[in-house]
Amino acid sequence: MSTTDLTRGDPPARVPFYNNPKVRSLAYQFALCVVIVLLVWGAASNAIDHLRRAHIASGFGFWNTTAGFDISQTLISYSAQASTYGRAFWVGLLNTLLVAGLGIVFATIIGFVVGLSRLSKNWLLAKVAGGYVETIRNLPLLLQLLFWYNAVLKALPEIRDSLTIGGAVYLNNRGLFLPKPSALSGFGWVEIAFFVGLVLSIVFTIWARRRQERSGAQTPVLWVTLGLVVGLPVIALLATGVPVLFESPQAGRFNISGGIEVLPEFAALLFGLSIYTAAFIAEVVRAGITSVSRGQVEAAYSLGLRPRPTLRLIVVPQAMRVIIPPLTNQYLNLVKNSTLAVAIGYPDLVQVFTGTVLNQTGQAVEVVAITMLVYLTISLATSVAMNVYNSRMTLVER
Amino acid sequence: MKKIAALLALAVLVVAQSASAQTLKTVKDRGILNCGSNGTLAGFGLPDAQGNWTGLDVDLCRAIAAAIFNDPKKVKFVPLSAKDRFTALQSGEVDVLARNTTWTSSRDTSLGLNFTGVNYYDGQGFVVRKALKVNSALELNGASICVQQGTTTELNLTDYFRSHNMQMKSVTFATANEAVKAYDAGRCDAYTSDASALYAERLRLANANDHIILPEIISKEPLGPMVRQGDDQWFDIVKWTLFAMLNAEELNVTSKNVDEAAKSDNPEIKRLLGTEGNFGEQLGLTKDWVVRIVKLVGNYGESFERNVGQGSPLKIDRGLNRLWNKGGIQYAPPVR
Repeated sequence: MSTTDLTRGDPPARVPFYNNPKVRSLAYQFALCVVIVLLVWGAASNAIDHLRRAHIASGFGFWNTTAGFDISQTLISYSAQASTYGRAFWVGLLNTLLVAGLGIVFATIIGFVVGLSRLSKNWLLAKVAGGYVETIRNLPLLLQLLFWYNAVLKALPEIRDSLTIGGAVYLNNRGLFLPKPSALSGFGWVEIAFFVGLVLSIVFTIWARRRQERSGAQTPVLWVTLGLVVGLPVIALLATGVPVLFESPQAGRFNISGGIEVLPEFAALLFGLSIYTAAFIAEVVRAGITSVSRGQVEAAYSLGLRPRPTLRLIVVPQAMRVIIPPLTNQYLNLVKNSTLAVAIGYPDLVQVFTGTVLNQTGQAVEVVAITMLVYLTISLATSVAMNVYNSRMTLVER
Repeated sequence: MKKIAALLALAVLVVAQSASAQTLKTVKDRGILNCGSNGTLAGFGLPDAQGNWTGLDVDLCRAIAAAIFNDPKKVKFVPLSAKDRFTALQSGEVDVLARNTTWTSSRDTSLGLNFTGVNYYDGQGFVVRKALKVNSALELNGASICVQQGTTTELNLTDYFRSHNMQMKSVTFATANEAVKAYDAGRCDAYTSDASALYAERLRLANANDHIILPEIISKEPLGPMVRQGDDQWFDIVKWTLFAMLNAEELNVTSKNVDEAAKSDNPEIKRLLGTEGNFGEQLGLTKDWVVRIVKLVGNYGESFERNVGQGSPLKIDRGLNRLWNKGGIQYAPPVR
């Protein structure tokens, strides 16, 4: 570029446009894009052409066809006779989100507890936590799921010998059956109380923070907000005379029906996923905490902070910066691992959609493509949420 | 750049092309028949400890191999789950799918596959614990039922309970193995599948005598082999292999007497065994194709008794699968 400036006065040497590095790099990138688009387009049109030539049905018309098969756990209304394959898709997706969401919560709690225990000065606690991590994370997840599922089935009594609490709660190898609450008129007051409590607690939190910034005085924020959010609705509930009807499960000839049903497949999958992922999260947490230099703790102590506030205010906030990126990985793994549900009969998205729907319709390309898109979306959404959280937690230098 | 793009595009085309037509030639060139089979169902497709496959469906593949190669061992059995079986045939991973598959209109039309015939007339039934004291499927209102995913069974089950105004809870598993295990563990009151499979699965339960198979047969399950659409020659070969085994039984030609029978004066036997006419060559095979099938594998009756009938642990009565002239509905068009 600058060679033209060597001798002033001469007209700049004419560089042909194809030797211009900018033009060149743009041209290469453009060519690469064209090739990729052509390849994808070629593969897609080729697939469509061959599907048509092989007389294999294609398209998304199946979405509105009646499904005709039953699903054991449905969070939204679904019936084999009236519902469509599209509805079955949503049922499966919600089941996946349920087990993945709860799994993430439980795995995080267990993981943090185990991770901190492993760093504990208590010898027994640290060794037990270490043993847990090394055992669980070194066994294949599928094996663990099968183990838990069969352990659940074998350990629980047969349906006719159900464990029961006062005929309201039943536990047997078909699942856990709980009374199902339904709201009667007057329950609206409880909801209003909850929202009032929520608003008040937010106002209180802001006030407490300002007060601390002004005067340094601390207020028991947690207890007050808890009292507002939980206490107020409870008072409203009692004041209106508990306007809730409990539908108890009823023992029939074969099964227990009515009430809320927790399937053993669901319990085994949730338990297996939580326990497995928690072992990895524990190590992530341990690594994060160890990464905070000893000097930080010593400085806190020398300022007069006690161990608990030191952990909460000094160590954990700094450790979180190290913990969050690998934690995101573990969450994504948990979501993807939930597809192993198919092995133990839990009706997740893969079991319902890529299993039964694919087989009944025979439209493998469409069904698999939709499923891949769904998992990609779930994973990317998890990742975006964690990245936002991460950017909030990064060290802000003042 | 352009050259590379063109080459890549060509590669994609070539890969996709190779899966169509000319199955017989492909099989001959390969020197072995790829047969999609069950792998876990006694009587239909199951390898033993030495890896020798046996079963009614297995015998059909062996018969095709015998007709083509004069060697029933030139078959590679590919165990397939109910869920993956059609994709395996569509993609060309197997040449023929003989995996106790129910013939239905949608499977025949929308998968790009064709059924070639029925090698076992079956129906769906239920197995329950004797302790439940249930004598009929109509008493199963409110029961939990274990079922295998991706089967017609799953749909029939819903239909049956709906048409009888009964409730049930189905628990679906990816494989029959898992479903049976869950039933055995008490997860379900009943396990449902094709009746023939129930006889086979019952043998695997912890205590087979504690379970009974209910008398109701709730559906028609004609089980048959499948091939890809668009290769009529291959379709004919698979179709007529089964017909040849049925015709051989009808004419009392067995694996033991086939050499004697070849000298017979009976014109029907002569045409079947290729001593008269060239019906085998019309299929793209040899004149003595049926001799090979019967000598190396046996006729339909022999195969039936050996795998699922009285000569097997299943001891299933022939019932509907008797020949048409013996009270059943197995009927093969004549060779002429």
